[in-house]
Parts: sequence; C-alpha cells; structure tokens
Amino acid sequence: MIGGLFIYNHKGEVLISRVYRDDIGRNAVDAFRVNVIHARQQVRSPVTNIARTSFFHVKRSNIWLAAVTKQNVNAAMVFEFLYKMCDVMTAYFGKISEENIKNNFVLIYELLDEILDFGYPQNSETGALKTFITQQGIKGQFQTKEEQSQITSQVTGQIGWRREGIKYRRNELFLDVLESVNLLMSPQGQVLSAHVSGRVVMKSYLSGMPECKFGMNDKIVIDKQGKGGATDDAAKSDLGGGSGKQSIAIDDCTFHQCVRLSKFDSERSISFIPPDGEYELMRYRTTKDIILPFRVIPLVREVGRTKLEVKVVIKSNFKPSLLAQKIEVRIPTPLNTSGVQVICMKGKAKYKASENAIVWKIKRMAGMKESQISAEIELLPTNDKKKWARPPISMNFEVPFAPSGLKVRYLKVFESKLNYSDHDVIKWVRYIGRSGIYETRC
Amino acid sequence: MQEWANQLCENRQFGSKMTDSKYFTTTKKGEIFELKAELNSDKKEKKKEAVKKVIASMTVGKDVSALFPDVVNCMQTDNLELKKLVYLYLMNYAKSQPDMAIMAVNTFVKDCEDPNPLIRALAVRTMGCIRVDKITEYLCEPLRKCLKDEDPYVRKTAAVCVAKLHDINAQLVEDQGFLDTLKDLISDSNPMVVANAVAALSEIAESHPNSNLLDLNPQTINKLLTALNECTEWGQIFILDCLANYTPRDDRESQSICERVTPRLSHANSAVVLSAVKVLMKFMEMLPKDLDYYGTLLKKLAPPLVTLLSAEPELQYVALRNINLIVQRRPEIMKHEMKVFFVKYNDPIYVKLEKLDIMIRLASQANIAQVLAELKEYATEVDVDFVRKAVRAIGRCAIKVEQSAERCVSTLLDLIQTKVNYVVQEAIVVIKDIFRKYPNKYESVIATLCENLDSLDEPEARAAMIWIVGEYAERIDNADELLESFLEGFHDESTQVQLQLLTAIVKLFLKKPTETQELVQQVLSLATQDSDNPDLRDRGYIYWRLLSTDPVAAKEVVLAEKPLISEETDLIEPTLLEELICHIGTLASVYHKPPSAFVEGSRGVQHKRLPCSAGSGESVDSPETSSTAGVSDAPPAVIPSQGDLLGDLLNLDLTPTTTGPPPPAVSTGMQLGAMDLLGGGLDSLPPVPLRTDTPQSPQIPNQSPSPTDYSTSELGGDLGGNPAIGAGFGAAPAAMPASFGAPGSGGLDDLFDLGSGVGMPMGAYSPPKSVWLQAMKAKGLEISGTFARRAGVIQMEMTLTNKAMSVMTDFAIQFNRNSFGLSPAGPLQVLTPLSPNQSIEVALPLNTSGPVMKMDPLNNLQVAVKNNIDVFYFSCQYPISMLFVEDGKMERQIFLATWKDIPNENESQFQIKDCHLSSDAVSNKLQGSNIFTIAKRTVDGQDMLYLSVKLTNGIWVLAELRIQAGNPNYTISLKCRAPEVSQCVFQSYEAVLKN
Repeated sequence: MIGGLFIYNHKGEVLISRVYRDDIGRNAVDAFRVNVIHARQQVRSPVTNIARTSFFHVKRSNIWLAAVTKQNVNAAMVFEFLYKMCDVMTAYFGKISEENIKNNFVLIYELLDEILDFGYPQNSETGALKTFITQQGIKGQFQTKEEQSQITSQVTGQIGWRREGIKYRRNELFLDVLESVNLLMSPQGQVLSAHVSGRVVMKSYLSGMPECKFGMNDKIVIDKQGKGGATDDAAKSDLGGGSGKQSIAIDDCTFHQCVRLSKFDSERSISFIPPDGEYELMRYRTTKDIILPFRVIPLVREVGRTKLEVKVVIKSNFKPSLLAQKIEVRIPTPLNTSGVQVICMKGKAKYKASENAIVWKIKRMAGMKESQISAEIELLPTNDKKKWARPPISMNFEVPFAPSGLKVRYLKVFESKLNYSDHDVIKWVRYIGRSGIYETRC
Repeated sequence: MQEWANQLCENRQFGSKMTDSKYFTTTKKGEIFELKAELNSDKKEKKKEAVKKVIASMTVGKDVSALFPDVVNCMQTDNLELKKLVYLYLMNYAKSQPDMAIMAVNTFVKDCEDPNPLIRALAVRTMGCIRVDKITEYLCEPLRKCLKDEDPYVRKTAAVCVAKLHDINAQLVEDQGFLDTLKDLISDSNPMVVANAVAALSEIAESHPNSNLLDLNPQTINKLLTALNECTEWGQIFILDCLANYTPRDDRESQSICERVTPRLSHANSAVVLSAVKVLMKFMEMLPKDLDYYGTLLKKLAPPLVTLLSAEPELQYVALRNINLIVQRRPEIMKHEMKVFFVKYNDPIYVKLEKLDIMIRLASQANIAQVLAELKEYATEVDVDFVRKAVRAIGRCAIKVEQSAERCVSTLLDLIQTKVNYVVQEAIVVIKDIFRKYPNKYESVIATLCENLDSLDEPEARAAMIWIVGEYAERIDNADELLESFLEGFHDESTQVQLQLLTAIVKLFLKKPTETQELVQQVLSLATQDSDNPDLRDRGYIYWRLLSTDPVAAKEVVLAEKPLISEETDLIEPTLLEELICHIGTLASVYHKPPSAFVEGSRGVQHKRLPCSAGSGESVDSPETSSTAGVSDAPPAVIPSQGDLLGDLLNLDLTPTTTGPPPPAVSTGMQLGAMDLLGGGLDSLPPVPLRTDTPQSPQIPNQSPSPTDYSTSELGGDLGGNPAIGAGFGAAPAAMPASFGAPGSGGLDDLFDLGSGVGMPMGAYSPPKSVWLQAMKAKGLEISGTFARRAGVIQMEMTLTNKAMSVMTDFAIQFNRNSFGLSPAGPLQVLTPLSPNQSIEVALPLNTSGPVMKMDPLNNLQVAVKNNIDVFYFSCQYPISMLFVEDGKMERQIFLATWKDIPNENESQFQIKDCHLSSDAVSNKLQGSNIFTIAKRTVDGQDMLYLSVKLTNGIWVLAELRIQAGNPNYTISLKCRAPEVSQCVFQSYEAVLKN
C-alpha cells in the first residue's frame, strides 16, 4: 500500500510530507526531488522506480504530488487516489497552489490522516468529510451523541456520499450534458478517428433521501421498449423536448458510485440516491453517427524554400438556427517563420510568434456557413536538415447541442418519506458540445 | 524553507505582530528555545500556534525532536485540532524517544474510552502508528475493545490497526488472537468494515504465504460479493483484489462470480474497473470456450478498457501497460479497436510509446493500410525515441503482414531519403529483418542502402548493414571494398559489429574465393590473435578450422538456409505473462516484472498463476506433485512451457511443439549454423541439442530485450539479428561446452541478476557451486549447487546434469528435517525433460517454515531428489549467512542492553587471519550479507565494530570485531543466547570477508 505522500513546490521543496509506512524513510523525499523534479529531461513515465522504491506522481499547475511505496500496490488505485486528493483539496480551499497549501497545511494533514489509513484509502467523499473535518476543532464538543453517530454511520455507510436530513424549500435540479467531441482528420478529409466523450453533471438541491431514475435515448433501452410494445410512460415526462425518436449507440459508460451498477447491468436502468450539490453522474463514450460540428479544409503549399502559402476553409455543419461560439482555429507555423501576412473574411486572425501559430478567432457562427483564411508565411533560410513536422491544425468551439445526439428523456425523483412528488421538482436541462482534441492534419 | 515554516504559522496568527526578520536573526538553538516557551504558555491559542510551527518545521525536515516532552504535554486537550497535531508529531518522533513516548500512553488509553467515536477511532489509529515495542503492549487491550466497538467507524479503523500492529510485532498479533477477530469482521454488517478487514487480512496473509489466513471458501466469497455492491470505491478495490486470489472450484462457480463482478466494469473509478478486469481475466480461464457466456464476457471487456483511455494521462499509461498484457494473452478482445490507439499530437510521450507498442501487436491484414498511414505520420515527429519506434514498427508490419511488405519497404525507402540520421539507421536495422523474412525479393534497394554507409554510427545499424553486405555479397560488386573499409577500424568497433564483420567476410570468401583470400586471412587473424573477446576468438577459430579442413562443409554451414523469423516480437515469456495477468492493475503490470523483482523481503515472492482451464484434461490438484514437493499448489500450466516457446520463436519448423522429449539433435542440425559449427569442426564433441538448453529459472525476468541484447549472443551470425529470438534466446551461449572457455551459464545468470536487481546493493555472499551428488552414485544424474540469498529469499541454486543415456523427467525434491526448518517454497521447476548430456539450471526458493531438528553439524541439510529413474539422497552444508535476515539491525540501546544481558560464558572468540580490509570496507562487505554495523569505536588505533545479525528463527548474534591497523589478523567475539550457532556464524563471517 501507499507508504508515504509528499507535496512539493516547483523548486522541489517539500510542502507536505506524510509517511504511513516504516519502510519509507526521509531520504525518499530527496530521491524524488533529485531524480524526477530536478531531472534534466522531460518526464518519461508517471511511475518511477528509484532504488527499489516506486514513486507515482501527478502535477497540478506547478505543484507535484507524489505517492511512494515499496510494495506491489494497485497502481491504478494510487493514481485515482491522487486525483481524488486533488479534488478534496480543491473542494476545501480552491485552487491547488503553493500559497493555498502553505496556508492550509494543518487542514491537509488532518485530511490525509482521515482519507488514508496505513496507506489504505478511506472514504474520501467531500460531502461526508465536510461534516467532521471543519477546521474548527472545538466543534467536536458541541456535537450531540446523535450527531456523532450520524457522522460515523454516514462515513462508513452504504450511502457515504449523502447525509440525512437535508431540507430545501424549493426542490430543484440541474442537468448539464457536457460533451467533448474529438476528431482526427486526414488532409483529404477522411475521418481517421472520431469520438465523443460526454459527461452528465447534475446539481441537485433535493430534500431528504430522494430516489432518482435517469433515462436517455440509449439504443438498447429504446429497442427493448419498442419490441415490448409497452406504452412509453416515460415519454410523458420527457425533459429533452427535442426529437426523442432517434436513439444513439453508447459504446461504454461509467457511473458515479451512487449508481446501482448491478441494476444497470441487469436492466440497464440508472437509479441512484444523488449526492447533495454538484457531481458527475455519468461519463459515456460514443463513436457512431457523430455530428461533426465543423469541417476544416487545409491547403498548404511550399513556394520555394522561404515561403509557405496556407489557405484554410472552415464549414459549420449543423442546423442554421443554432449558433456556435468561441471558435478558434490554430494553424501551426514553422519555427523559422520570419513574418506572416493574414487575410480573413470573418473574425480576427493574428500570428503569435511565441506560440508558433496563427490564431484565428471568430466569436459566433451560425450553422451551414463557411469561412476562409489565407496566409503567406515568410521563412528564414536554415540549414537545419530536419523537416518541419507539420503539426495538425486544431480547433476550439462551443455548440449548444450534443454532438453524440444524446437526449435526456426523463429524470424522475421519488421521496416517499417527505411530502413532495416528482412534479414538484423543478428540473433544468442544458446541452453543451465542446471541442476536445479536434485536429486536421495538413 | 525555514522562511515558509515561519510564514506558515504567521498566516494563521491573525493580527500577530511578528515579522520575518525576527526569525532570521535567531539562531537555531534560540528558535527551539522560543518554541519551548510558547509550548508551555498558558494561553491555549499560543500553544496551538506553537505546535503548528513545530509541525511546519518537521515537514521541511528540521529536527525538532528536542521538544518532545513539551509537545506531548499539550496532548491533554479538548481541542481536537490540537490533539491531531500532537498525534502527528508523536508518530514522527516516538521511535527516536521510546521512553518518553510512554508518557503518551495514558492519554491514548483514556481516549479509547471517549464517548465520541471519532476520538476513539483517532486514538486507536494513531496508537498503531507509534512503532515502539513498549507501547504496543498497552495497545492490545484498547484494540481488542475497539474491534468490537458498537460504532462501525471505530471498527473499520481498528481493522486496519491490526495490520499495523502485525507489521510491528507479528507474533503479538497471533498470540493475542487478533487474527480471528479480524476474520470475524468479514461477516460484519457494515460494508466498510468488511472492506478494511479484507485489506488487512490480505496484507497479513502476504507475509505468511503458506498460512490459510484468508480462508476463501464459497461462503466468504459470497459475503465479499455482497459487500462489493455496497462499499466505497476503495473498498471495492480491496475486495476485488482479494477475490482475484481465489480459485473457484469449477466452471459454474467461476461463471457466477464473473456475473456478479461484471457490473463493476461501469464504475467511474478506473482502479475498480481494472481490478474487475483482473478477476474476469483470471476466472475466464476456467470457462469452457464453447460456452455462450464466454463469448459474451469477451465482448464486455473491450468497451471499459477503451474508456480507460479517456482518463487522465497517468491512468492512461497504467491502462495501456495492462492492455499490452491483455492483448498478448487474449488478442481477440481488442482486435477491432485499433483506432483508439492512434497517437494524439498532445499525448505525453509515455502514452505515445505505449500506444505504438499496442498498435504493432494489433496490426493485421484488415487494418494494415490505416496503421501504415499512421506510422508514416509518426515517423516525422520530434521525439527521437518515438520516431525510432515508429520506424521499427513499419518494419514489423512488413514482417507480420506479407501483403503489406512492399508498401512498407517503399515507405522505409522514403524515410531513408529524409537523411535524418537516426531515422536512416533505424530503417536499415528493420530492412535487414525484412530481407530475412522475404529473401531474394527486395534486393533492388541495396544500392540505396549502400549510399548511406558513411552516416551509420550506431553499432546495431552498422552490424545490420554489414550483415546485408555479407548476405548479398555476390550481387554487390564492391562488397569486398565495403567490408574492407569497415575492417580498418576493427578494434574500435563494438563486439556486435566485429562478430558480424567476421561472419560477413567469411560469407564473402565462400562466395568469391579468388579475390578475397587476403581479406579473410586478415579478419581471421584480427579476430583470433588480436582480440581478447572470447566470443569473437572462438568464432574466429571455428571458421578458421572449418575453412582449412573442409571448405565444402564450411559452405554448407555458413551459407545454410536460415530459419524463418517470427512475426511477433518482444513477447513476454508465457509463464511471466500468466503471472502478470494475475497482477493486473498493480505495479507489477506497469513494470512488466514479477513483484519479486522489485519488492523486498517476503512480500510478493509467491508466484501467482492462472487457474487451469476447464476440460484441459488435467485436474487442478495433481496428487503426485503435491505429495513429493510438499507445498505445490500451483496448477499445471495450460500453455506451453518456456522450452517450447524457444522452439516457437526460432521457428525451427520441427515437429509440432509438444512437451515431450525433444527430437534428436540430428534433425535440428542443419538448421542452425551455430550448433553445426560445433559439431562439424570438432567432432570429438558430443552433439548438443539446442532446443532445451535454456536454463529454467523463472525468477529471471526475460522481458523486452533491448535491441543490443541479441546479436551479441548468437554465435553463427547466420541468425542474422532476429529480434524475435532475443526474448527467449538470451541464454544461448550456455549451450557451448565449457571446454570452449566461453562464459559459462553461471556468468550469464549473473548478468541477468544484475538486470533484475537494479538499485539493490549487490547481493549477499554466496559460495561457488560444488558437486553434491556424483553421477556415478545416482544413475547418471549429477547435481552441483550452492545457496544464495537474493532479495530476501533463500534460494538453492542447482545445476542438474544428465550424464546417462536416457531422458530424465518428473523431478521432485524433499528435505529432511533440519536445524532451521528449511524447506522448499515450491516444487522443483524442471519443466522440460532433461535429455542426455544436457544440463539445466534450477533456482529453488526456500522458506524456513518446515519441521525443525537439530543437525550435526548445525548447517547440515539432507536432501532427497527423485526422478523417473530412482530416488537419490545426498547431504550438503549451507552457509549460515543466507539465514541472516534483512531486518537484523538492532537498535543501539537494545544492543548494549542485550550485550550486557548475555552471560559471559556464552561468549566465544575467534581469529580471522589474513584479511586486509579497512574497517569501513569490512562494514560494507558485511552489510551486503545482512550483517549490520551498529556502532564503530576507535580506541588506541584499534577499530572496534559492533555488529548484529538476526537468523530466520529470530536468534540474535551480536559481535565485536577488533581491527588493528597494520595487523591482518582480526579478533572477533560473538555473543549469543544460543551459543551453538557461534561456530557456524563465525565461519560465515570469515567466508564473507574473504570473498
């Protein structure tokens, strides 16, 4: 199991050091600094073995978090724990920075004591942790016996992510379907790979211990219902509002730990008691029938050894009534670029020497439109034998629909003990499609 | 750093007037003094701030242990935050101040009774972290209560505390019956208590490999599966990892467990997913392949594995390393998922390299066009390692998919035209392999290759180019000139190039004898007379004699048709792969090494195996092996053993691979230039069959050979750099009879040991092998061997030689009772039959849990070895130094007390003569064999070393070693409560120091 946990600043100075196992000595702290943080070359692996001690590290801005062990630990678990640790810290004091860590070091030690025991991760749900790690040490005395046992049963219980007795005057929930669409396209316009990785993020402000059921236009479910010929009562409470007919094939999905996985496995229904506040209900991935919001058509021509002509056309490919936002096209330029002249019809384009790229920004663009940029790049003659690697042209954008075609069909809420019903809950749904790694080779 | 420690505290002192400069002016001593005053202050707030400052200083590595009593005084407080800080301090320094740590005991005991469960848990959690023997005694009672506490939070903390206590004092835990209580907790009503109990038990069980601690039976399994649905994500990981150690009774049980584990594949936590994959991969082995469910399960595995690739890069890396294993074991799972492994421009380099590796493995006729287009793209990237690997991958595609070979070759030629140095060199290396695979097809490109001759500066590329020139000497007009140009700097070349050059020129001579006589003379004399490399010299002599005695035979041998090369490369050796599949998700699967290669001590030494597949004909418990070898619980392997792999890799095209006796040497003869050279050149030597000559030592991680590994080890350059054989062929020179003076197998093993023990201080002393059982007395079986302690494991290393006329099989070994309870930790691993005149290296791990009987001499060991012919007995003596355990370093004070405590009549004095080492060198040398220096003192020019040693059975032997400058004779006094061992221990001291 994890033998120790260290946090360093960018210089390699230790900010936090907590050792859980006897086989990890103080020299481990220095070994990591010398061999990884101060290493000359770029990090070649997130797992490093130095003198039979293994170091796992992740970096958040310029802070290094390292877990150390001498045993054959579950490596995936260690990384998941490090990410979780970052989440918890962010939930407590915001951004992970040197200053925040120094200002909260007592809190961090207290958290580390709680969420990692002898190197074994324990309940690390912030919802539960915040009930008893409060940084107001005295609070312990004011707790009644009932409160105490409520805390402990929640921390260890089956529903470790939600506490009892939550009350809201207005029961409300927000669903965000956030998708990032990834594309790799050849210069000829052939799709080399494309997939959507999506997340359903829920913000719930519901009283009591509500039992929720979530439905979407999952092909498997729709097909099953279609065959059964059952009356689709779910459609009545349709939240999506759009064309609920078509269904999508989901390659794979994963769920927050509140979702009953065995139920999903057997019936493919998504039921759960949600944590309070914001959390990620599910992640999914699709690869079939993706709507690619933009198409990039590059044309690069080398004119002699010192000039390059670039023409890039972008085409938007969605309903004309919808508007894409925050569009940015990044056209890489060679390292020996001496000057660039750009002409674009729409938006603003600039050559950024420090980033070796022409950045073309368009604020808004409706569907089924086309726009174009052309540039002349002057090159300095070099005797460098190495050819320019021609990095792909990348794109950023945001569109108000889900490129995968996913639709939320319903989210039903049942709370039998309290007197509010599904109809009393105010529900909001929003779809946002963003570019992930959206690249076209040129 | 000092600055921030102060600043830290200042930030918390709202409105305090202190300034930074104040701290800068104080000296260290003054600072401690100041803190002391603050700690003893009456004001609570001031006290707390002071403790925080202490913790801050501790974090940055300052020694604040001097404040121990003052900090401990703050422990008695109602303020939970302050209490936690004090506890944190205690955990850090208690070990260095054991006596004062006792002061804290009372508070702990009191806190364990506190009405607030959070405080009870905090106390028991902290107490377990204080590694002071005296405190652990006091811990037992509170712990017992907490294990039965009404509050689940306290129970789950207490469960982990048992594991902590076991780590400090295993005996105490057993004596106090905590293990049984812990087992009871598996049936606890609270899922988190169950999960922690499982984690604690699994860890404890690891250090008792043979105990039946985690008594997994269908009932407990059922409990675990129920808890799995209810506990936290981490708990699910503990439970799944534990489940993976279980071997179901039959395929039906296996299926029902799989059915209950599959829902975990949709968990958001990647570690839960990977651990579930591990359980499924393992239990799948038991399912009959024609079962519908088997197919369903296979289909279910791919999507979650692909999803892992959208996780954060670090997890992607872990996932990719595991997918690499899964693809090797079950290629069908991912065969349609090629696209997801395409490299993204912004992937970190470690992700890119791993993806590329998997792409090569998945390449097939169906997707080759896409793959090639991608690879071509990668070959223009920036990172040198990545580009090289991409170029190499193009070559592998050509070899794997015949239809694509032409396209690959033209792609490679394009890349050579870029003139980027490392791209050209890499391309030439792979083109050589393509020539091997498709002889007489692509020779038209040789001209282009020759143009780049001057730019090759890496040995591997030079060797490849020379091979090509030699192989096609008849078609290259100026082949002699080209080779001659290389010959000029012969002595500056690496061995690989020298060997290749020697063979190439001999080939050239055999093809164009008239013009090249002088050249061949020159190279033969360079190789034999001016070289001190035994490999090179031997090869030179063989060629020389061959050419001078029978040129026709030489032609047949040197220009013989070459065996085909394999399509797959860098395959992990099957037994290792099986073991790694059992470790999916863990570090072992990331390193692609067995845990024993990087974990110290007894943990992880057990080799895990996949369960036996249903209907494979072999029952899981074969009574024969278990009766003779004692603890054999590993079911027989389903897949071919290592020896067969070698056959496969070499593609000898012999009989189908069977586990039966290897075919007679005659049939292999012509296929392998190397072996034939031996047979033809020196006919006095008996024929040596090649196939089974690999030492069978499973400890050696034989994985992913670096490119330079293989060429050096091949004798008959005709094997011409086949990357595939690198994986299994590493030990080939061992086949050479010792009379050639080639590095014996022992030397080679050492090399491998070096490789596996990176970063370890070089191992304990181990005496050279001696003959234990003479062939005359044992119907032709000769055994020589030695003992060694490697990475905390005692090993009996033996060479078994068959000097009889018939094949030997069915080896097993047993020990008689002996003084230290030594017994084999597993069956004797002789996987292939031992043919006449063949030897095999076996490393048998031992443990010390066998029956004990005092022997005379003390270190005598009586052994029985059985084979298909008879049972043979012999006795040998082991160096007692291999029983010295790694944690034999005594605390200073304890050493002093013990030394005084042992009566003087138990002291014995010895002389070590003729030893010329400095006291430091002595200390270092002894440390290598787990003899630890506790202290050193110099009195009147005489160095006194105080040493301690702990034997596996817990006996401590203390020593005082006196070294006088200029006097080569040392005096050593040994003190031990069991004086019988002194003589043996002294012998070990002497042996270690003189070797």
